[in-house]
Amino acid sequence: MSQQGYVATPPYSQAQLGMGGHPGGFGGPPSQPVYGHYGGPPQPFPIPPGGTQHGILGIHKGPVSAPSAMPQPPASSHYGSSVQQNGSYTQGFPPPPAASSSFGQVPQSPYQNIAPQATPSTHQLTNQISNMQISGYGQGPMPTPQSPSRSAPQQPFHSAPPHLMAQTPTAPGPQSPSMGSPLPLGGPPPMGGMMPAPMGGPAFHQLQGQGTPQGYPQPPAAGPYGGQLAGPQPGFPGSFPGGAAQMAGPPQKKLDPDSIPSTTQVIEDDQAKRGGQIYATNLRGQIPPLVTSNFTVQDQGNASPRFMRCTTYTFPCTSDLAKQCQVPLGTVIKPFATIPKNETPLYVVNHGETGPIRCNRCKAYMCPFMQFIDGGRRFQCAFCSCINEVPVFYFQHLDHMGRRMDLYERPELSLGSYEFIATLDYCKNNKPPNPPAYIFMIDVSYTNIKSGLVKLLCEELKTLLEKLPREEGVESSAVRVGFVTYNKILHFYNVKSALAQPQMMVVSDVAEMFVPLQDGFLVNYQESRAVIHNLLDQIPDMFADTNESETVFAPIIQAGVEAFKAAECSGKLFIFHSSIPTAEAPGKLKNRDDRKLFNTEKEKTLFQPLKGVYEQLCKDCVAQGCCVDLFLFPSQYLDLATMGDVPTHTGGSVYKYSNFQAEVDGTHFLNDLRKDVEKPIGFDAIMRVRTSTGFRATDFFGAIHMNNTTDVEMAAVDCDNALTVEFKHDDTLNEETGAFIQCALLYTTVGGQRRLRVHNLSLNCSSQLSELYKSCETDTLINFFAKSAYRAMLNQPLKNIREILVNQTAHMLACYRKNCASPSAASQLILPDAMKVFPVYMNSLMKTPAMVGSPEISTDERVLQRLCVMAMGVEETQVLLYPCLIPLQNMDVSSSVLPGAVRCSEERLSDNGMFLLENGRLLFLWLGQACPSELIQSLFNVPSFAHLPEELNSLPELDNPQSKKVHAIISAISERRTNRMKLLIVKQKDRPEILFRQHLVEDKGLHGGASYMDFLCYVHREVRQLLT
Amino acid sequence: MATFQEFIQQNEDRDGVRFSWNVWPSSRLEATRMVVPVASLFTPLKERPDLPPIQYEPVLCSRATCRAVLNPLCQVDYRAKLWACNFCYQRNQFPPTYAGISEVNQPAELLPQFSTIEYVVQRGPQMPLNFLYVVDTCMEDEDLQALKESLQMSLSLLPPTALVGLITFGRMVQVHELGCEGISKSYVFRGTKDLNAKQLQEMLGLTKPAGQQAGRGPQTTQVPLSNRFLQPVHKIDMNLTDLLGELQRDPWPVPQGKRPLRSLGVALSIAVGLLECTFPNTGARIMTFIGGPATQGPGMVVGDELKTPIRSWHDIEKDNAKFVKKATKHYEALANRAAANGHIIDIYACALDQTGLLEMKCCTNHTGGYMVMADSFNTSLFKQTFQRVFTKDVQGAFKMAFAGTLEIKVQLEIGTGGTCQWKICGLDPSTTLALYFEVVNQHNAPIPQGGRGAVQYVTQYQHSSGQRRIRVTTIARNWADAQSQIQSIAASFDQEASAILMARLAVYRAESEEGPDVLRWLDRQLIRLCQKFGDYHKDDPNSFRFSETFSLYPQFMFHLRRSPFLQVFNNSPDESSYYRHQFMRQDLTQSLIMIQPILYAYSFNGPPEPVLLDSSSILPDRILLMDTFFQILIYHGETVSQWRKAGYQDMPEYENFRHLLQAPVDDAQEILHSRFPMPRYIDTEHGGSQARFLLSKVNPSQTHNNMYSWGQESGAPILTDDVSLQVFMDHLKKLAVSSAA
Repeated sequence: MSQQGYVATPPYSQAQLGMGGHPGGFGGPPSQPVYGHYGGPPQPFPIPPGGTQHGILGIHKGPVSAPSAMPQPPASSHYGSSVQQNGSYTQGFPPPPAASSSFGQVPQSPYQNIAPQATPSTHQLTNQISNMQISGYGQGPMPTPQSPSRSAPQQPFHSAPPHLMAQTPTAPGPQSPSMGSPLPLGGPPPMGGMMPAPMGGPAFHQLQGQGTPQGYPQPPAAGPYGGQLAGPQPGFPGSFPGGAAQMAGPPQKKLDPDSIPSTTQVIEDDQAKRGGQIYATNLRGQIPPLVTSNFTVQDQGNASPRFMRCTTYTFPCTSDLAKQCQVPLGTVIKPFATIPKNETPLYVVNHGETGPIRCNRCKAYMCPFMQFIDGGRRFQCAFCSCINEVPVFYFQHLDHMGRRMDLYERPELSLGSYEFIATLDYCKNNKPPNPPAYIFMIDVSYTNIKSGLVKLLCEELKTLLEKLPREEGVESSAVRVGFVTYNKILHFYNVKSALAQPQMMVVSDVAEMFVPLQDGFLVNYQESRAVIHNLLDQIPDMFADTNESETVFAPIIQAGVEAFKAAECSGKLFIFHSSIPTAEAPGKLKNRDDRKLFNTEKEKTLFQPLKGVYEQLCKDCVAQGCCVDLFLFPSQYLDLATMGDVPTHTGGSVYKYSNFQAEVDGTHFLNDLRKDVEKPIGFDAIMRVRTSTGFRATDFFGAIHMNNTTDVEMAAVDCDNALTVEFKHDDTLNEETGAFIQCALLYTTVGGQRRLRVHNLSLNCSSQLSELYKSCETDTLINFFAKSAYRAMLNQPLKNIREILVNQTAHMLACYRKNCASPSAASQLILPDAMKVFPVYMNSLMKTPAMVGSPEISTDERVLQRLCVMAMGVEETQVLLYPCLIPLQNMDVSSSVLPGAVRCSEERLSDNGMFLLENGRLLFLWLGQACPSELIQSLFNVPSFAHLPEELNSLPELDNPQSKKVHAIISAISERRTNRMKLLIVKQKDRPEILFRQHLVEDKGLHGGASYMDFLCYVHREVRQLLT
Repeated sequence: MATFQEFIQQNEDRDGVRFSWNVWPSSRLEATRMVVPVASLFTPLKERPDLPPIQYEPVLCSRATCRAVLNPLCQVDYRAKLWACNFCYQRNQFPPTYAGISEVNQPAELLPQFSTIEYVVQRGPQMPLNFLYVVDTCMEDEDLQALKESLQMSLSLLPPTALVGLITFGRMVQVHELGCEGISKSYVFRGTKDLNAKQLQEMLGLTKPAGQQAGRGPQTTQVPLSNRFLQPVHKIDMNLTDLLGELQRDPWPVPQGKRPLRSLGVALSIAVGLLECTFPNTGARIMTFIGGPATQGPGMVVGDELKTPIRSWHDIEKDNAKFVKKATKHYEALANRAAANGHIIDIYACALDQTGLLEMKCCTNHTGGYMVMADSFNTSLFKQTFQRVFTKDVQGAFKMAFAGTLEIKVQLEIGTGGTCQWKICGLDPSTTLALYFEVVNQHNAPIPQGGRGAVQYVTQYQHSSGQRRIRVTTIARNWADAQSQIQSIAASFDQEASAILMARLAVYRAESEEGPDVLRWLDRQLIRLCQKFGDYHKDDPNSFRFSETFSLYPQFMFHLRRSPFLQVFNNSPDESSYYRHQFMRQDLTQSLIMIQPILYAYSFNGPPEPVLLDSSSILPDRILLMDTFFQILIYHGETVSQWRKAGYQDMPEYENFRHLLQAPVDDAQEILHSRFPMPRYIDTEHGGSQARFLLSKVNPSQTHNNMYSWGQESGAPILTDDVSLQVFMDHLKKLAVSSAA
């Protein structure tokens, strides 16, 4: 796996055993959770436990005939175990049986039966789709001549099926979890017949297999929504009957989108099951709730999933196993993740002058995994097994359990995450660091002046600087600030508090950059406030009539580095830049954008930064702890690949506002800037990931710089920076002891203190692949794949990368099927429960603008996405790859809850609807053409859709419940995202709608890329190939 | 006919010219046998309050190779309206404006009393004066404060239309933009990277002045009258005053054991470059104020490690001064660029240690700039001197001139440079040049009896009013055949001028040759002169007699040999450079003082009197006042100082003693107030440490060696091995009369 995987995918295994025999997969139960939201809450939940776990899905063609299929089986054992696990969360939910009862139907019996047998956590979805072939990969869904019912899904893009619309709310329900694709398809009665009691039986249910038709929950579900469903259903039965053999025919045409695993459903289920709960990290290898769920972490010895999240919480014992399954072993570390107010901040431990206690051999820091022995006089390192003396001052007796008496008094013995005060040994030159500094570097060339940026920015800085990050509990920020303006020459400002007027110092010798002043350049804002305000007032005027349009770039970064060097501190540069740097200076760039290269072997060169000056700059920056944040305001190509190189290697961010106009984009920019400036952050950081014996960290992805293979250097790390680490075996892991990971980050706080932040995590090890699959974390996996794919873009043609991604996906699934799933028909696509929505993410990843070259999307835009993703955490990649689509037309203005999201597909839109879509970077408000006039009136203060102005740039804040609610929703969404999102209002059928549609990731990509359904078919075919 | 004494004096008063010989030997061979070359000391801008400039332009000889100016020595044919050039004999038509001339209606330039005349050029725009301050900020706050005040004061002394600019430097070099509203701006340059004018122009965003033509003078050069860095005083004097007020000591930290990094070389280069690309061939002064040596970049004279001291003469002789050559080259290049554009570089170096004047001397020497050396900017020496730079004449115009060029018209000529045109750039009324002529007439083509040689000095300069002016001095001397008329040539000897002229030659040589070689050369010249013009019997030293016109000359040479101009012992390279610089530009009187200081004695025995510069003049009951040009020293004899210590001067009954003490002080003040640069004032007494300055100057007629006078009442013995004048003369006579020589 790993990135190498891209280079050469390991040969795929032999794989297929008796799989073939198995009949169909089985549909997951329909998901109730949806109902839960809309309907009575409790009810639905009950089901989920079972239901959600099912990963099933069908691409299905409903009609699977193989009756025999119902498997029970092999999985059963799994099931059992899963139950146990479930136990932990069951609390909130009625036990499965209850659930079933709620549905009222039959289920019970069947359910029960199934239950035992069913595979629990791992569910496979089997599709019987013999017809898989039918839908060739890449093709759209087949037209479905036959059944009317199908019509809905197939609707042509633009016209949403009427009934669906009506159901929208309900729609999710049916589709949701249950991948039981068949379910929806079938009318209640028939379904019943077919469907096993999916719900109950978390295991896979096969449509046909189940003998207990009634048991199927559907009916109840149907009830509520009944009417609508009914319509479509009727036809179904007809088609259904066909056995596998028959499938070839009619069924092919039809795929019910609701039948394939739904991300929204999975999210809702997890939120329902684990949301609002306390997640105590006391168990080894414990799988945390999804990133989308709202939970509270209680640190009991392992780092919070906010800090570290693994692709799987059970590592295979041997490298052979790891190779076999192809599931990457990795962890995504966000060392400075924001901790919600209701969780305890990290404790700071001071071990005095000798510094933190560490293992003598491997230098791991004292942590809960260390074993004290010999009456407490020595401890054994959990990472390298070395036995160390306990320093006298640290000695403590052990209790009868062999634990230190002071276990709970010492954070480093009882918590997963904590900080040490670092001693001078951990400081540069053995001198305590100075507090960091922020330098604002403003491009004052013609473009930025004309767009109003400079004025806007200067005005904003006056208030923004009051909010510089500061140490907890300190009155004012220790961060010093400095100012530079530039075009093709640089202007430094002396803003020493003693001056009546700021002084400008011009440096025009950009070839060899230097900082012209030391005293007075970096100042304490509070002390120099008057002078700084004076300066900020004057800057826009000074350059008001400039006609200089050339800029330099590398020299300004150089200047920043020199300034920090002179001041002996680390810090951050905020660069507000407008255009490609063409002025005669080091790092001069020229336009090398060439869309003809798209989809060619050479496409990668567009993403590669130019070497030379910028490469050296990266090194200089990192060595000095100089982080670069780049705010770009381009009107055309500016070689972002190169310009973004330094920011992304120094832990900085890149923001881009194309064709910036202060009136239109000002708010968005300011929001980003504010968030960026105020962010909690650490500087001049160096990180080391230590592991227990048997495996080690081999690769690192992120906004980082590495001088050697083990030390991760970051000029700065902020609360959004995440780094993905890949592990490889170098020996066999022990199931007993498990695997330990310790991530230690040495950094300088905003107050100028040197600290060590330590995160510890313990994982299970198993020689059973099924354990591994069960512990997979789809969101983390996709983060891993996204980063490794985006990195591979620099070296390989996109085509290869896409192939590798698909192959690896297929490989992972095939391996599961071969080794873990109960036997089923080859025609069934079986997904591990924990990975059941993995394909939709993977498909989405391959459709991202960065991965799909299209003339519609500028190179810079693609590069930007690439750069951003490299630093993303799990949460961000999750929403980026599966945006959140929220229907607004039926929102409950009195409720404080966010309306439930629906699947990202055009089918979910309706002419008379209004939707919010956000992916963490963009926020769309989509207005259907037939949007109720009342809603338009209350939101926009115009009588109807037709009255809306051409250009809609903002959503007015009006004094009515609807407007307030929408604003509340938007701010609630923005609140949890790292970037402030720009609100784009899109009217149905308007040109900008294209942009919006790109984000409907379940649909066929506008610029290429398969629909979700097609992708599943394609993957399934691949799997089958692997298995044969 | 008046005596030569009177003739010489008269000539000097009228024309500012003194010749070594006032009758010239008529052939090259004879001229070389005169030992002392035919040469002149010329003071181009000698103050002539009685000489109003005339408001038209000179009439030039039409021959392209001559271009001499019409003068009283020309033959004029009033009827034909023709004049004959007395240098090339070309006959020239008078211009139409002279149509009305006749014997009784002569233009001023034809009147004999106007052998020196000043024209005002009417063409072309009036050019502004530029003053570019280049200020070191690496100095103690106290010094910097004093300097800032001096600079601020100087703004009020500048004519309102003059343009001023400011460059400051320390570790970096800052060119200040003037007259900006609000934020003060400056362009900053690395102190380690030299820039040529073109780079500088780009970096400062200056556009090349339009119409840059080969022609000289303002007529052809259309220059913007100001730019962001050079602005008229009247517009920005408030702004600049504030700017100067806010100047801070160079803020870069100076680690222990290090010198501050001082980018003098680059600062000067930028100053030169700035003027070069904005005001070529326009009067400009770059006034450089330095508080220490350049320690980085081009032109550095010492590293920043305090443990390595700045080079001494010893190091230089041992070839151990690694920066000297490179730095000198840097400053020479700058000096040449500045000179080519008529710009002046002044250096005001105020530091206790050396500052690199040795390396930088060409900057001042080539551009007619001032070199001032003091211990601190916070001394009256600097403050007064600096103020005196801006002295004005009765018309309120500066006593300084800019962008001067001197051209000599002669029949037979040549100067040391092998040219007859020099750029002097900076001139003031006392600037005196030594010009050495060569008689090119061959021996066998004698000049007819009674022929006269003529020399015309044409000095073009920019007056401080902005006018271009041309001062023309035309003089003539008789030719004489050295064989037949040796007596008259000898009688025309100007020993004072000759001493200075020879001294300047010696100093010039000393710059490039080893000290002892120069002394040997000087001695040989003296001996040859004695042989040529002395009256003696061979091998009989006692018979040696010198005529009155030569009598003082050997004594001048004696003191010259001991002077700091030729002796580097006990002087730092910087001091030597400084002394030599002053010696090369001052007028005859001042130069003589430098060679042979003046000593006055004050006592109860009578009015103050000049006394011999001799140890015998140092008596216990005397107060001595010595003026060496560089120092004004008051020395209280042993007794007098005892009285003074006892406080007699405060007792009413000893008022006369108080007066005695006061008298030399008053006289000293008078000198202090008039001299430029202001001398160092020393008040010392018998046994005082500073008395060494006196003891080192006087002729050591009594030393610990000649015991016969030891313990006698008269004079004070000097502890030295130097020879006394007496011994020197004895040797001289012996050698002069020796037939072996």
